[in-house]
Order: sequence, then structure tokens, then C-alpha cells
Amino acid sequence: MISESNSLTEIRTKIFSGQTSCETLAREYLQKIKDHQDLNAFLEVFEEETLLRAKEIDSKIQSGKAGKLAGLFIGIKDNICYKGHKVTAASKILQNFESVYHSTVVDKLLAEDAIIIGRLNCDEFAMGASNENSAFGAVKNFADTSRVSGGSSGGPAVAVQAGMCHASLGSDTGGSIRQPASFCGLWGFKPSYGVVSRYGLIAYASSFDQIGPLTKSADDMALLMEIISGKDDYDATMLEECPDCFLEQGESGKKLSFAVFNECIQSEGIAPEVKECTLAVIETLKKQGHTVNYIDFPLINYLVPTYYALSTAEASSNLSRFNGLLYGYRSPNSNDLDSMFKKTRSEGFGKEVKRRIMLGTYMLTSEKVDAFYTKALKVRRLIKEFTDNVFEQNNFILTPTTSTPAFKIGEKSKDPLSMYLADIFTVHANLAGIPAISIPISKTKEGLPFGMQLMAAQGQDPELIKTAASFFQSCKQN
Amino acid sequence: MTKINENEFDRLAELSKLEFSANEKAELMADLNKTIAFCEKLNEVNTEGVKPLIYMTPNTNSVREDNVGGMISKEEALKNAPAKDSDFFRVTKVIKPKS
Repeated sequence: MISESNSLTEIRTKIFSGQTSCETLAREYLQKIKDHQDLNAFLEVFEEETLLRAKEIDSKIQSGKAGKLAGLFIGIKDNICYKGHKVTAASKILQNFESVYHSTVVDKLLAEDAIIIGRLNCDEFAMGASNENSAFGAVKNFADTSRVSGGSSGGPAVAVQAGMCHASLGSDTGGSIRQPASFCGLWGFKPSYGVVSRYGLIAYASSFDQIGPLTKSADDMALLMEIISGKDDYDATMLEECPDCFLEQGESGKKLSFAVFNECIQSEGIAPEVKECTLAVIETLKKQGHTVNYIDFPLINYLVPTYYALSTAEASSNLSRFNGLLYGYRSPNSNDLDSMFKKTRSEGFGKEVKRRIMLGTYMLTSEKVDAFYTKALKVRRLIKEFTDNVFEQNNFILTPTTSTPAFKIGEKSKDPLSMYLADIFTVHANLAGIPAISIPISKTKEGLPFGMQLMAAQGQDPELIKTAASFFQSCKQN
Repeated sequence: MTKINENEFDRLAELSKLEFSANEKAELMADLNKTIAFCEKLNEVNTEGVKPLIYMTPNTNSVREDNVGGMISKEEALKNAPAKDSDFFRVTKVIKPKS
């Protein structure tokens, strides 16, 4: 089936040469979605609309007026606004909420004739690392349905993994694109903070959140980033010099320098096959004449505490807007405003969301704000300064994306702390505002995928994707 | 290791506008105490003279032309309201009759 192709260029060639059409593809994807309903990746499929739009794009192609993404069927995480469509953040509190405007990324996708095929399951308000926190059920990993998809963008990962759409958009606050990409054998990219507009993304932790793609190839990643990146009047936190050229050819064959944290290789929590693969990758890089520098990262054990102190504080503030007043769920069991707020929030939010709101509220109480919130902001500066320093000497940082392949459903859901530690390698990029990509490097003997992560300095997003692409090629050859 | 007691928990719930059953409360209090202890690890880091990091990009002020735009209609604003009339969001009575 043509829809199984790894590259959009290939699909487009077949459409433009008349071997297939958007309409045929639409039917293929819609059939796959039906076949794989048990994976629970989609919260809603825009079936009729997809077929209509496919016909529309087919005629645009015929008349030579099609955009750069004509032929692309893409799913969006259910925290990205698409006007006239529901968006729920996988929460009961927004169960019947309908977007009244487009997010900037949706605007850009539609302008280039992408077809948005449905909205995808995720952890409630993007809070989780396994997609078990969705109000609408867990997402199952297509490689082994007894295992988690990863999270919070579990739906976006599995939808592409199982061929139900060609690519997807997720959001990444502490690893929510890269970790499920790693668990599902996909490319996952978290852009530098301020490269993709957050307008129309339901906020979790605003100084961490970024939207990014999950794809089957590095070429598709570059193409999607070319389309969705760039300055936006509706997001005041974007990079002044925002990289938006992802398709230019860079010079190849340049000798590069990669930093590897000693702690990442020595850590006991890393699965043997992940460790072996990391070491093999390092050998390949050296053989190709690149430099690998082993360095200590003394702050590594403070990454996750800093992340939780800050992200929960931001979440408690961001989620205060869900109170039953202007939109979303309102509890019928209240008799005054205060009880309306409390009942609405208590009935509408799931367990993990409440846990994080409570924790964040604690971090911000007048007695604790200096000891926790402000302290964490200072440690965040130290983390950023350390990271900037690493990039003075090195082009990239290499780590595994996750220390293990996908774990079993239910394995970590009883212990929030062990779940939080699943983010150990990914939170670094969100804390420092730098870009990071997960490369689908290998699989375990049991066939479970896992990724390797590359990070670069802030604003080096195009270089990062290019290097990741050639890096992947050379690792495959060895 | 207790970081928050029941009174403090109740105060956090009030500030968060959340309610919990006795069972939920016991479980969540234990989780919070563990996570707070975990975050207290930050005290091991010497941050003397370090300024808090507030902005994630080098630019701290981003201004644009002050043009009118990006507005939604009244109908759209009211579209998702749990209770409304033709012009307003509706809530339960806030002014209580004198008793």
C-alpha cells in the first residue's frame, strides 16, 4: 500500500504521476484506523471531512495549485486547536469543548493543503509519560499491545506507528514527543523554545511547552518543521532570530564534536541493550572521524526535581482557568460559585492533573515560593549555563532518549516518582530551551524500538535535524 | 518524612479549588510528601549569587504593531458556555436574599 511509504516525497510523486490519489489514500488510512481501533490512538476521526478534503486536494493537484503538503494525512494531538472541531486535552473537563479559532500550526498545515484526519489521544493535559492518564483510556503500543505507547503524545506516536496517518503533531513539555517516539520507533522532534508558535496549544507549563512533529523519516521532519516554524504575532515568546529554513542543503562531511555525559552511560537504570547501542553509536562516530568528548554532568540528578518544581507551579496557574464559568464542564452538584469551582474541578480533572495542581500550588505558597519555585529557577539557570558551556566545545550532545524500551501498561502507574524518572534524559532540553531529536535507532531482541537523542544549542534546529539524518544513515550502514 | 500535614493539605486544596474524599486525601498526601522530599534535593545545589532564570529566549520584550485583530464574535465566545443567554454567561445567584 502506498500509504505505508516512509516518505512524503515518495507518496507525492505517486499522486502527482497519477498512480494514486488523495482520495484512495484517505480510504486506506480510514480503513487502517478502523482496523486498529483497539490501540485507542484516535479520540475522533474526521472521516467525512477527510474524504471531502481529499477530493478537493485532488482537484487542486490536477489544476497545479496544490501546496507543499498536498498528499499528507496528519493527526493532531488533542491539545491543539482546530476551529470548529472539538479539543479536550483528553480531559473530562473539556469533553464538549469546541475550538473557536485555529492554532497557528493548524493554520500553517491547512494553508499548505495537509489533511487533518483526526485528533489523537494523550495524557490528560499532556501530563504523563505513558498515556495512561487520559480520561479516555490508555493508548497501546503497536509493537506490543501489552506495553505503553509512551506519553504524553501516545496517540500521535501510535497513529503513525500503525500507519493510521502519515505524520502527527504532538507537544513536548518534558519529553512528551521524544519519549513516545522512542517507544514507537519514530522520529520525534522538540524544537528550541520559541521556534514553533504556541498559539492555540492548550497550556500545561508555558516556559517548557513546544509543539513538534512525529514522523517516519528525517526528510518529513525537516519538511514539517519548514512549514510550522517561524515567527508569529500571536506568540510573544518566540526567538527573535527564529530559524525557519529547514530544507536547505548543509555542507556534508564536516567533522563534528559530540558530548556524552558519563552519567548517561554509567547509570544502572539503563537497559543493557540501550547501553550497548549507545556505545556502538559512539564507536561509529569515532570511526567516521568525529570527536566524542566524555564529560561529567554534575547537575544531572537535579534535572527532574527542577522540572517538577517549575512545571507543576506553571500548571497550577495555567489550569486555574478551568472552573466551569465560561466554557467546558460545569458540575450540576453546586449551589454557589465557590462550590461550582470546586465540584467542577474535582469532578472534571483526573488524578494526575489534581496531583500536579496540588504540588504546584504548594511550590507557589508564600512560605515555600523561595525554597522551591525561586530555588528551581536558579538551578534552571545553572543547568542552562552548563549546557551553553557544553556547546562552546561541542556541536551536539548525545544521550539515549529513554533508558529502557516501552514498559508494561500498569507497571509504573502506581508510583508517580518512578514515572517521573522516565523523563530523565528528555527534560534537559526543555529546561535549557534547546532543540532535541529522538532518532529511531534500533530495537531490542524482542522487537521493542528505542531511540537515541541528539541535542543542539538553542536556534540550531535545522542543523540538528540534518545531522540526525546523516547520523542515522551511517549507523544503519554499520 | 512528613512535609505537609492534614491542615496544610486542606489549605492547598482550598487554594487549588479542589475537594478530595478521605481515601483520595490519604493517598495524595503520601504522594505529595514523597515528591516534595524529592524536590528538596535542590537544596544540595549551591545557588548563591545566581539569578532566577525567567526568560527562555534572549529577547525579553517582543512588541508588534498595535493593530486591531484576532478577535472572536460574541456568539463564538458564548459557544462553549455551560449556561448562557443571548448576551451573557450565566452562573448561579451570587447575591443572597437577606435572611
